Amino acid sequence: MAQTVRAATAAAVTQTQPDVELRQVFKTFGADLAVRQLDLAVQPGEFFSILGPSGCGKTTTLRLIAGFETPTAGDVLIQGANVSAVPAHRRPVNTVFQSYALFDHMTVKDNIAFGLKIRHLAAAQVRDRVGDALRLVRLEPMANRYPAQLSGGQQQRVALARALVNRPAVMLLDEPLGALDQKLRKQMQVELTTLHRQLGITFIMVTHDQEEALALSDRIAVMNNGQIEQIGTPSDIYDRPHTPFVADFIGDTNLLPGRIDEAHPAQVRVTTESGLRVLARAGNMSSNQAVVVSVRPEKINLSLGAAGGNGNCYQGQVSHLMYLGTHLHCIVRLSSGESLTVRQPNRADTPIAVDTPVYVHWAADDCLALEAA
Amino acid sequence: MTPASAPIPSTTWAARLAPRRWLGPVVLLAPAGVWLLLLLVLPTLLILEISLVPGLRLGQPSGGYGLGNYLQILQPVYLRVIGRSLAFAVGSTLLCLVLGFPVAYWLALLSPRRWRNLLLVGFILPLWTSSLLRAYAWTTILRPSGVFNTMLTTLGLPAQNWLNTPTAVFIGLTYSFLPYMVLILYASLEKLDTRLLEAAADLGATPRQSFWKITVPQTLPGIAAASLLVFISTLSDFVVPTLLGGASSMNISRLIYNQFLGPTRAWGFGSALSMVLILAVSLAIALLLRYGDRNTVTEA
Repeated sequence: MAQTVRAATAAAVTQTQPDVELRQVFKTFGADLAVRQLDLAVQPGEFFSILGPSGCGKTTTLRLIAGFETPTAGDVLIQGANVSAVPAHRRPVNTVFQSYALFDHMTVKDNIAFGLKIRHLAAAQVRDRVGDALRLVRLEPMANRYPAQLSGGQQQRVALARALVNRPAVMLLDEPLGALDQKLRKQMQVELTTLHRQLGITFIMVTHDQEEALALSDRIAVMNNGQIEQIGTPSDIYDRPHTPFVADFIGDTNLLPGRIDEAHPAQVRVTTESGLRVLARAGNMSSNQAVVVSVRPEKINLSLGAAGGNGNCYQGQVSHLMYLGTHLHCIVRLSSGESLTVRQPNRADTPIAVDTPVYVHWAADDCLALEAA
Repeated sequence: MTPASAPIPSTTWAARLAPRRWLGPVVLLAPAGVWLLLLLVLPTLLILEISLVPGLRLGQPSGGYGLGNYLQILQPVYLRVIGRSLAFAVGSTLLCLVLGFPVAYWLALLSPRRWRNLLLVGFILPLWTSSLLRAYAWTTILRPSGVFNTMLTTLGLPAQNWLNTPTAVFIGLTYSFLPYMVLILYASLEKLDTRLLEAAADLGATPRQSFWKITVPQTLPGIAAASLLVFISTLSDFVVPTLLGGASSMNISRLIYNQFLGPTRAWGFGSALSMVLILAVSLAIALLLRYGDRNTVTEA
């Protein structure tokens, strides 16, 4: 699946040699295919996320880069060097583990110094760099504590410091914020982006949290069933998903399966299975092709009267209504039988209640026809 | 639970006799407590008393209290026995550790998971037969015309006369207590978080460095527990040195045995030796409780 690499950062624009590259990588565990035909290139300095549901192969992908797994087929390259057969301890990458995997028999300071001492750096240099790392993650007062004496957020920062103190070419982060509560997670997200900017090294993060991936990443690879569904910037992924899976996994969406009646260069007319005729944005598609129309809840407008214009407009009735403060979450049952989820701003001008007859409408450019899976 | 501020009801005799909170523990602990008091504490005190009567022999009039028996232990001939006992204990403990650690490591981390329990049972199996029987088995293996020498001569190697030497004692003690060592180390290694080994490799540690900097420190409490347990057992072992060691392998247990049941009937001196052994073992147990991983001991 050839992707145009959208350069989001200045570093990525200078299309130099990728920091990490996977070429046609397969990994099997017994009879299970964990990842298949993986192709990806991460540019120097990028914050790259691998996003997908649990069991999609994202952690295996990270472990292949770290060297904890060797590919069944294909090659792993780090800064141009083929490291497929190189053991983990000789790869220029460092990992922040989901469980942190801190050495509980060592102090915070010794945990952070571990990688440097292994490399036989001079004592003074170790002291300086550990001091810098502690300052960077704001843990100086905790230097002589043991991991068990720290809170979850502090342990997370020790894990970060222990990895980044080695100045790796690439930092690998395996669900780094997964074990933290909501508030701490938001705070650590900010710290992660700050660190990434300060250090300028490549970050590859695995996450199942789409919001986190959208908020932090320069580019995201969405994985499903061991394969990459799409690689792109957050807005690529959200606004221009390539597959129904991506549209559905990232954010909420309404998926309407149907068939193309008329195909134009940038627009198609689709008749859905229930007979609804929808105008949608589309790439190169031909008539009679099976498609799924994706329309996001926040792109749909509700009104009491029919809307003009040449967009999509249908009659229906509010069947469920949830009041969420900033907006209303409604389910509208169309007269054709389909139900659409609609996200309506909380405003006084559209008084709606359950059973209110309404019109739903959205512009053709706000929905997307995707090739059916 | 009554709150601390609750008023204490006035106590009548009837109320005092009613079942109370102390009754439960007393009922639960009394039988074993009485048992221990009669069969452990009192005899130990008795031994202590006898040990303080210098030169006490069974059936002979004795003098007053003194430390003569303990001073007798300081004679070179007896210090040598104590030294030999310590050498047997330390040596066989180290042998058990060196032989047992790789086995426990393999069992806990590398062996196929579905065979693991069966393999463990295989290691414990020797413990199901009497230690006396196993020591006798070794005499038939090690005697001049035994299995071991038959094997050596068929291989064209010179026969070894190891029976009734300290070498046989080391072999016998190591054989007897290796399963305990493996079992306790296994319990400790099995709890090792292998993600820590990945983290160490990720930070550049070679497998050898990971072993010394992560695996060993992480399982040190288990190593201490297993070593102390084997040390205590081998220090006071009687069967193996008696059956396999011969005259040249006199250790403290045999010396004590000789004082009580040998021709001299020197109960006073034997009691003093017993007190020294009890003290040494108690010290080792104190160390075990302080530094050993008690969980692995109880699990094993």
